[in-house]
Amino acid sequence: MAMKFSKKNFTDRTKENISDDFMRQAVASAQERLHGRRLDAAEELGSWEEWRSHGEEIRQHVLENLDFYLHQLSENVAERGGHVFFAKTAEEASDYVRDVIKKKDGKKVVKSKSMVTEEINLNAVLEEAGCEVIETDLGEYILQVDDHDPPSHIVAPALHKNREQIREVFEKKLDYHKTSKPEELALHAREKLRQEFLDADIGITGCNFAIAETGSISLVTNEGNARLVSALPKTQITVMGMERVVPSFEEFEVLVSLLTRSAVGQKLTSYVTALTGTRDEGDVDGPEEFHLVIVDNGRSEILGTEFQSVLQCIRCAACVNVCPVYRHIGGHSYGSIYSGPIGAVLSPLLGGYDDFKELPFASTLCGACTDACPVKIPLHELLHTHRRIIVEEEGRSPISERLAMKAFGIGAASNPLYSMGSKVASTAMKPLTKNDRISKGPGPLKDWTDLREFPAVGNTRFRDWFYDQKGGK
Amino acid sequence: MKVSLFITCLVDMFYADAGKDMVEVLERQGCELSFPKGQVCCGQPAYNSGYVENSKSAMKNMIKTFENAEYVVTPSGSCATMFKLYPDVFKDDLNWLPRAQELADKTYEFTQFLVNVLQVENVGAKLTGKATYHPSCHMTRLLGASEEPKKLLNQVEGLEMIPLPNAHNCCGFGGTFSVKMGDISEQMVDEKVNSAIVTEADYLIGADCGCLMNIGGRAERVGKPIRVMHIAQVLNSNE
Repeated sequence: MAMKFSKKNFTDRTKENISDDFMRQAVASAQERLHGRRLDAAEELGSWEEWRSHGEEIRQHVLENLDFYLHQLSENVAERGGHVFFAKTAEEASDYVRDVIKKKDGKKVVKSKSMVTEEINLNAVLEEAGCEVIETDLGEYILQVDDHDPPSHIVAPALHKNREQIREVFEKKLDYHKTSKPEELALHAREKLRQEFLDADIGITGCNFAIAETGSISLVTNEGNARLVSALPKTQITVMGMERVVPSFEEFEVLVSLLTRSAVGQKLTSYVTALTGTRDEGDVDGPEEFHLVIVDNGRSEILGTEFQSVLQCIRCAACVNVCPVYRHIGGHSYGSIYSGPIGAVLSPLLGGYDDFKELPFASTLCGACTDACPVKIPLHELLHTHRRIIVEEEGRSPISERLAMKAFGIGAASNPLYSMGSKVASTAMKPLTKNDRISKGPGPLKDWTDLREFPAVGNTRFRDWFYDQKGGK
Repeated sequence: MKVSLFITCLVDMFYADAGKDMVEVLERQGCELSFPKGQVCCGQPAYNSGYVENSKSAMKNMIKTFENAEYVVTPSGSCATMFKLYPDVFKDDLNWLPRAQELADKTYEFTQFLVNVLQVENVGAKLTGKATYHPSCHMTRLLGASEEPKKLLNQVEGLEMIPLPNAHNCCGFGGTFSVKMGDISEQMVDEKVNSAIVTEADYLIGADCGCLMNIGGRAERVGKPIRVMHIAQVLNSNE
């Protein structure tokens, strides 16, 4: 799946998803659960704000010295017998992976969860080349089985589905005949997947963080599937975004602590794995061949811009889990595999404004995302920066809006003009006013009164009352 | 103490009563009030929509208008936040930056001013009934005024405060968002109204007229029985 997965426009996608009651119920309850757990986990750790600052500092330091750490990482991976490939574009990355598999004559690929492989459209490229690709993260597996339904959340990709819907998918596609109990569903998937692990020639993983000092890659999961992906197949390919590197295990520990608490409210996930190089002599498992694909795909162009801080992201989805807009429209409305506030900032940067220019406006700038971010990305400020660029530099806003804002700039800077305007408005609205309310507004007011009552302009403005009562001080 | 009122366009035009209540509360605390005439709008509608350049003239007008003020006090967390952002807007303009900074430093949202500057929590208000409080986003998260309104409301005689479920979620106002993204805004405000109704409160109290206009306007439209009040109205109640 490429980053953009929908041809419909934003308004249509949103309308469609808003009318999906199942999805909205599933999202709202997941948000409440994850939000509560995150707060508890932060509280339990203590000094949360200091941890956040520390996390921010680490991420900023890495971004400022990214060339150094990537070089160090690649040297150390090579020293431990791995191959490193720097991919400038999505195509370069997925083509490289395909070619490695071809060379190994690989047929069956098992994958653990990875957003960047979605971004580079890897599964489609591999399938076209004749490989069988199996997602082994339960959420991703459900989506894959359900005719490649797109992920709606960066951590819990099938969050938009409730268990009954999952049961239906399993029944239809996997010959499942039991109940919608999560344990039974998971057991069925597990049985199906176990054989796939044993049969696979190639394992593909993402990478939560790569550790430059040792040349290790790390995988943070609750299901343990990433361990099987990296332990059983003879060839392992790990794909990572170029920003996902940390200097050493010391910083890794801080970020993992922030990640698991922010993502799922756990002190640690069930499995935190760090893998270094290929199988050593005497090892009972691990790959004989290891490739690390480091993906740029637009990231280096973000470096050094006012959007650089978005690269601090550790993909925890805490911002998604508190977003009141995401809550009602769900992940699919964003039209990008990266949804929620982080998606609304990142998707236009990686995918361009042509496809994603609405996303920065799909926010009230309420700041819940910024507050939740464990590495202090000022997400709502970045959304605002997008808006400024879209209207001022790109000139992509409607002309009516531009004229209105120009008029605002003049009217709101002059008291005489404002006074005249507010009096005219008061008179003009009188005929529309009933019981101090306007229920059917004209022109631009209509969009408001379609949904809500609008208050009538008072007979006496505050300023008139004040001058009258207190004298014009 | 000399206080210059920054009344905001919404209060000036639509919610003059909330402004009058703020005046009476502040006067009872011994403040000497003035209303600098030149004030219009803080520039937020254009600024938040991305029209930063178009908003600067409004901002400069406000900076000039309040240049001689000792304290600037406003009945809106969101508009106070906009003033606090002025230094960032003018960060590359050495002429306006210090003036913007001065305004930002002396600006207070109404409840912040009462609690943190005047050091008052009990203003002697009485209001009988149950109420719930909607913490508006800019005021709570960006301005950092989360405890002040609660401290003041807890001292209102006869008022029983009931927590609002999912209070942290935005009401869906967001300035131009409320009309540009009406479909989404509708869902957000409906959830907010319903959360307030669940509390069985008589009043939904807030400190930002934008949010109150949104929540109150929707509650009326769908016929939900809850009275929406600005916190200044509550603090000036004596019933």
